Amino acid sequence: MTALGKLFLFAVLGFLYLPVAVLVAMAFNASPLYALPFEFTTHWFEELAGNDKLLAATRNSVLIAILTTVLATVIGALAAIALSRRRFRGRTLLRLLLLPPIAIPWLIIGTAMLVFFFWTGIGRGLHAMVLGHVALAIPYVVLVVGAGLNNTRIDLEEAAMSLGSTPLHAFFAVTLPLLMPSLIAAALFAFAVSLDQFVISYFLATPGVSTLPVEIYTSIRKGFTPEVNAVSSLLLAASMILIIIFARLTKVGGVSGRR
Amino acid sequence: MAAVDAETIGKSYGATAVLDDVSLRFEDGRFTSLLGPSGSGKTTLLRIVAGFVTADRGRILIGGEDVTSVPVWKRAIGMVFQSYALFPHMSVDDNVAFGLARRGVRGAEASRRVGEALEMVRLSGFGARRPKELSGGQQQRVALARAIVTRPRVLLLDEPLSALDRRLRQEMQVELKRIQREVGITTIFVTHDQEEALALSDHVAILDRGRIVQAGPPGEIYERPATRFAASFLGDANFLEGVVAEGGVIVGGVLVRTDDPLPAPGTKALLAVRPEKIALVPAWGAAPAGHNAVPATVRQVVYAGAASTYLLDGPGGVALTVFAQNRTGGPVAEAGATVTLAFPPKQTILIKD
Ligand SMILES: Nc1ncnc2c1ncn2[C@@H]1O[C@H](COP(=O)(O)OP(=O)(O)OP(=O)(O)O)[C@@H](O)[C@H]1O
Ligand SMILES: [Mg+2]
Repeated sequence: MTALGKLFLFAVLGFLYLPVAVLVAMAFNASPLYALPFEFTTHWFEELAGNDKLLAATRNSVLIAILTTVLATVIGALAAIALSRRRFRGRTLLRLLLLPPIAIPWLIIGTAMLVFFFWTGIGRGLHAMVLGHVALAIPYVVLVVGAGLNNTRIDLEEAAMSLGSTPLHAFFAVTLPLLMPSLIAAALFAFAVSLDQFVISYFLATPGVSTLPVEIYTSIRKGFTPEVNAVSSLLLAASMILIIIFARLTKVGGVSGRR
Repeated sequence: MAAVDAETIGKSYGATAVLDDVSLRFEDGRFTSLLGPSGSGKTTLLRIVAGFVTADRGRILIGGEDVTSVPVWKRAIGMVFQSYALFPHMSVDDNVAFGLARRGVRGAEASRRVGEALEMVRLSGFGARRPKELSGGQQQRVALARAIVTRPRVLLLDEPLSALDRRLRQEMQVELKRIQREVGITTIFVTHDQEEALALSDHVAILDRGRIVQAGPPGEIYERPATRFAASFLGDANFLEGVVAEGGVIVGGVLVRTDDPLPAPGTKALLAVRPEKIALVPAWGAAPAGHNAVPATVRQVVYAGAASTYLLDGPGGVALTVFAQNRTGGPVAEAGATVTLAFPPKQTILIKD
């Protein structure tokens, strides 16, 4: 790579990571007003431990994200399998209809959900947020798993059947293991979509039940506290660990069924 | 082991008939090739025997048992795919053991049989590898071991060697034939390569546009082709078209005799002669007694060391080909020379157009 190219790459990475680095640094800085010189402290993390509201919101966020991941991955994967393996009327239409939700602004989806949930009596709260997040995450799962399915090979299932497998056994013994990297990627997508989600959560939160992004937004509006830096740093660490696990798993699982 | 019968098989996709009333017997322990051009329905017939495709009409019998409505996984077949179709996430051992496990063979008995199968394909010691750590030829041998380790009633192969280069392909042909003999399994082999079919098969069935044109031992099909298609698809052939007369067929004004019974004089007839059955006689020589003698002009000589190919213009301008060994140090005739083509009536075959 040329020196200029390298410089450019570092500039981009710096642009991405510098604000995050500052945030993490400030989580450990004694001054609440971002004042320098840097003075190391774990004070804000201790404060955070006493901040019930932030902690409850974090718990909610993680709980919603886990539920969303499980539900969206299972439902989305089944949908992707049906879309790629079964022939039925309206298949192409269904496949097309899955794409727009990814492009529609969340503000619009959020408003629509709020109206719809109010109108159907589902209301707001934890269950509504899970429902909303699952609906939001499914298209991503279908896309990712669908791409993975395109790479799996029918002849492998046929080989299994010629060796005595029923179609169901062939799927579980041959296709599913090869689909694992896609499923893990899809699950991570769902998790990230849910954990990141602000607009829809904001609409569907109730005064008692909110999520971390909503709570952070609220507390920033009230006046900034470095506890937010602390909780953000923790979340960042958790995301990093997830990404590393993902990278590991996909390498172990091998990339699809190519020779 | 068992014989396989395809009885009046018909299959259409939409309006196009892919197989049209195909009846064929695959004898017990015999190596049968399905030979035909692209799109003739070879794969479709094989997949109907396997159970992957359901025929519109007709029955499939394996060992006399009607399996028409038995699904693939209960048919006790072994199949080798063009793509090898090895399970990439499993070791060679696990690939081979897959079918055994499905049949309830596990543990020591399974390892023993996996070992035997890998030894048979000369891959002992490769058991722990992943498929992608093997060469194409080795992968195909694993696929073969996996297909036969369960002792299926019939072995089905769809162009299994076409992804290999020429040398490896010939090597694998020898291996395949050896293994098939050792196991004595009824084998159906799909190919569009006539040399491969000739080299491997006890029996060849030639397909054209969804119909069996001719079936029989390779030698029989080669020596006595039934149709123009069979004659030209398996080997090269000269075709002589004419009108039946007393004692033969008049081709471009020349009487050509055949030992085959001829239809009534006056009707049109088609004769076939293989290029190596014809002797070139110089203009000053004479054809052996009892042979057909057809005058021709040499258009081109293609010299290939041991033998030469002569392209000639025969009676009525019909293009003819002759293969001749170069016994006398060089071609028998030069381009432009007039020669006599001599060939016995016994090798002059009456065929259908
Ligand atoms: N699933 C299908 N749907 C529609 N048409 C099909 C299908 N499978 C096969 N055909 C058609 O049936 C005909 C025969 O196909 P088949 O695969 O049996 O030919 P083949 O003899 O094996 O040819 P090749 O040597 O190219 O493999 C072809 O014209 C093909 O287009
Ligand atoms: Mg084919």
